[in-house]
Amino acid sequence: MPRMIVNARINGEEHELFTDPHRTLLEALRDTIGLTGTKEGCGTGDCGACTVLLDGSPVNACLVLAPEVEGKEVITIEGIATDNTLHPVQEAFVNEGGLQCGICTPGMVLSAVALLDRNPTPTETEIRYAIAGNLCRCTGYDKIVRAIEVAAEASR
Amino acid sequence: MSRNEVGRALRPDGATLHVTGRSRFVGDLPLPARALVAWPVQSPHARAKVGAIDASAARALPGVAMVLTGADVPGQNDTGPVRHDEPLFPVEVRHHGQAVAWVLADDAPTARRAASLVGVAWEPCAPMLDLDAAIAAGSFHTEPQWISRGDVEGVLAGAAPDRELVVVEGAFRTGAQDHFALETHASLAVPESDGRLVIHSSTQHPAETQSVVARVLGIDLNQVVVQCSRMGGGFGGKESQANAWAAVAALGAALTGRATFVRLDRDRHMGMTGKRHPFLARYRAAIGRDGKVRALDLELYSDGGWSLDLSDAVMGRAMLHADNAYRIPSMRVRGQVVRTDRTSQTAFRGFGGPQGMAVAEEVIDRLARAAGLDPHEVRSRNLYAAAGEAGTTHYGQEVGDDRLRTIWESLERSSSFATRRAEARAWNATAEASRRRRRRGIAMTPVKFGISFTTTFLNQAGALVNVLVDGSVQVHHGGTEMGQGLQAKLSQVAADCLGVPVRSIRMMPTRTDVVPNASATAASSGTDLNGGAIRDACATLRDRLAPVAASLLSGTGTVVDPAEVTFAAGEAFAASRPGATVAFAEVARAAHRERIGLSATGFYRTPGIWFDRGAGRGRPFAYFACGAAVTEVEVDGFTGEMTVLRVDILHDAGASINPLVDVGQVEGGFVQGMGWVSSEEVVWGSDGRILTHAPSTYKIPAATDVPAAWHVALLPRAAQAGVIAGSKAVGEPPLMLALSVREAIREAVAAFAPAGTSPSRVDLRLPATGEAILDAIDATRAAGEGG
Ligand code: FES
Ligand code: FES
Repeated sequence: MPRMIVNARINGEEHELFTDPHRTLLEALRDTIGLTGTKEGCGTGDCGACTVLLDGSPVNACLVLAPEVEGKEVITIEGIATDNTLHPVQEAFVNEGGLQCGICTPGMVLSAVALLDRNPTPTETEIRYAIAGNLCRCTGYDKIVRAIEVAAEASR
Repeated sequence: MSRNEVGRALRPDGATLHVTGRSRFVGDLPLPARALVAWPVQSPHARAKVGAIDASAARALPGVAMVLTGADVPGQNDTGPVRHDEPLFPVEVRHHGQAVAWVLADDAPTARRAASLVGVAWEPCAPMLDLDAAIAAGSFHTEPQWISRGDVEGVLAGAAPDRELVVVEGAFRTGAQDHFALETHASLAVPESDGRLVIHSSTQHPAETQSVVARVLGIDLNQVVVQCSRMGGGFGGKESQANAWAAVAALGAALTGRATFVRLDRDRHMGMTGKRHPFLARYRAAIGRDGKVRALDLELYSDGGWSLDLSDAVMGRAMLHADNAYRIPSMRVRGQVVRTDRTSQTAFRGFGGPQGMAVAEEVIDRLARAAGLDPHEVRSRNLYAAAGEAGTTHYGQEVGDDRLRTIWESLERSSSFATRRAEARAWNATAEASRRRRRRGIAMTPVKFGISFTTTFLNQAGALVNVLVDGSVQVHHGGTEMGQGLQAKLSQVAADCLGVPVRSIRMMPTRTDVVPNASATAASSGTDLNGGAIRDACATLRDRLAPVAASLLSGTGTVVDPAEVTFAAGEAFAASRPGATVAFAEVARAAHRERIGLSATGFYRTPGIWFDRGAGRGRPFAYFACGAAVTEVEVDGFTGEMTVLRVDILHDAGASINPLVDVGQVEGGFVQGMGWVSSEEVVWGSDGRILTHAPSTYKIPAATDVPAAWHVALLPRAAQAGVIAGSKAVGEPPLMLALSVREAIREAVAAFAPAGTSPSRVDLRLPATGEAILDAIDATRAAGEGG
């Protein structure tokens, strides 16, 4: 299959991705540009480990084909902290113990960031629904929900 | 040992790396140049002889380096952890999806395409897929094990159901559970120029992975190094079942001289690796009118799948936990592992304990309802005492303290159990009239979980602690980090043992060439065992450093005795020189100049434990970890939907080394257990194919499924004598707190009985899926109408 070039802004930098047209955004991020913070938990859109922001909205990178991001803005977990300062959501996940093994964490953080961008004062139920597509096998979610509440407080 | 760092809610090791995406799991490691990726050729049959393998088309595909088959194995073609019954390249496949060959190619898509081109001459035969049929056919992995106390037959035979004793009998099944660690199995084998192999593996047991690799390659253990920096969840699924993939990677690397990477995708991970064992229990039990359980006769069968794996030990632990927290004076347990043509079922958080304890709760509920007693009251009345007859388990170990009772009573109060139960009943009583489809149930269950590997020799650990000349410290041990917070807790232990702040401690990746021959990080033992070994190493270092510190602290006229030197918070001081301190770094530098070794190993073995398997007697556990949970649920009589409204937990973590980590373990364990008893149903098709092969079809709890109202507390003033820093193991025990979810559902189901009646039994499958709940409601309604 002929390869193609996809132009996208990834974490604030212009990238030319040289990719097979049937490759997913997840594969392109991990294998082509080495951004391994985006994880694969299932590869079928059911776990949220591969969540990234596409033009500000959370998407499962395993369900997006790389050519679909042409001309778009992609933010991955590596692009959330600014100048070595953690984003309030990242800070809160660390402080509240909102992670154990940490492999769901990048996706969780991005879903939370997207929620707070849209809705800076979410209710607990809104928080739970915002991360309902992000599976975590370790924490039981409570500390994650608390962390997002704390982050919402802190961002106000 | 000072308590400056221990007891603090220190954040998990690597938390900042995780939130920024910089933490690397095995699948994130940059592949070395010319690395190969492996993909399996899998069986489409649950059982078949493997005839000729034609890999010519696959080999011809550009980018394919090699197709590995049994002929390529230089050593033993076997990866079994206990019994050598797991051919890596089988001549007869024993479960659907089993690999018979592996393609090595430049990238995963090529390897995968090539694998589909490999032709295999299958000779299918009828698989054994049903537990009952397998039992009837005598298909077993093991001879039965027994534990027995008292005259069970006598009690049960003498029982006259209408007089003093009430006898029940029945069968009960528990379902399989997939670990569903978000990180799937991964191994990267890198050949070194001197012939050694370095293998990065997501394994809970690097030393065993090392020995399986050496076995398959036919080389000495000293040629293989296995490293595990972290896992994205383990839960037992990576205790023995990481070995085969590491062996494939190692074989690829050894034969091609190129680094070889194996990662199972989710479908392969779920289709090829073992689960929590499904169990069948057949029981007869008796209770007195006084609510005291008199006898239990129990036969346990576990579905071990195609190979033995750790099933024998899992069965052993189930048998040791079939009493849960209840004193049963006459008790006989028989356990046997059944062989079927399914994935090889394996360790999973609780390791048979959950199955044994689920049976205990099932029996208690059956007995109570049959006798017309309140199940909650029966639970309370039969809790173990601390010692003596009433505090001794069926295998002869004393419980040792009265924490069970303390926890029980204090949780009853703090959760307002009696009031809330009355409220739930009142709410149910008006449900019919108010045309509500839902009923509520609330239940409380205890947990008593034995801590130690039941295979006694495994209860040992090693450590290596290096002090650097700037006073910073590197700590190595044999435990692996899988999210349970081991590294955080052990850094606190090391810091206090050396008297330095935790920021001076660097926890190092687990490697078999630094701390050899380590046991698996399993059985909740990680902190107890490795903490003991680290304490030992630190004590050696402190003894060496004390004279150095003493001479630095000695001033004109005062000579400080090394025995009075204290190390704390990064400084050394002595009572006889008030005000004088010397920095730990300075002591380290001075010791180095005086040619004193700054590196020490440590070792620990759990004292005082033993078990005689033949007799079914002993003291297999160092201690018991206890807890209790109250769960309130609502059940929809029309859809079977279940909602957990509130959970209250009181759990005994001893003097917690890290309350943030320990409470996290309690919450996470509970939710995982809740999945097992409610939504997680592993389904195999009639051809042996696993139908629940991914999160699309297998439902673990999501953030919207867990209770919004959580009240989790650790038992206060709970220091445990003889354990590192007075703490208690906390990895597995909380999972079984979730049995309260099942009992609460049962209470809610019972509330569907016609008004004024109370059912004499409420059968509920495990897992209690929506479908199972509806079936239970139907049966309860029908029985009410019939009676
Ligand atoms: S990997 Fe994309 S949703 Fe699971
Ligand atoms: S922290 Fe392990 S999966 Fe969420």
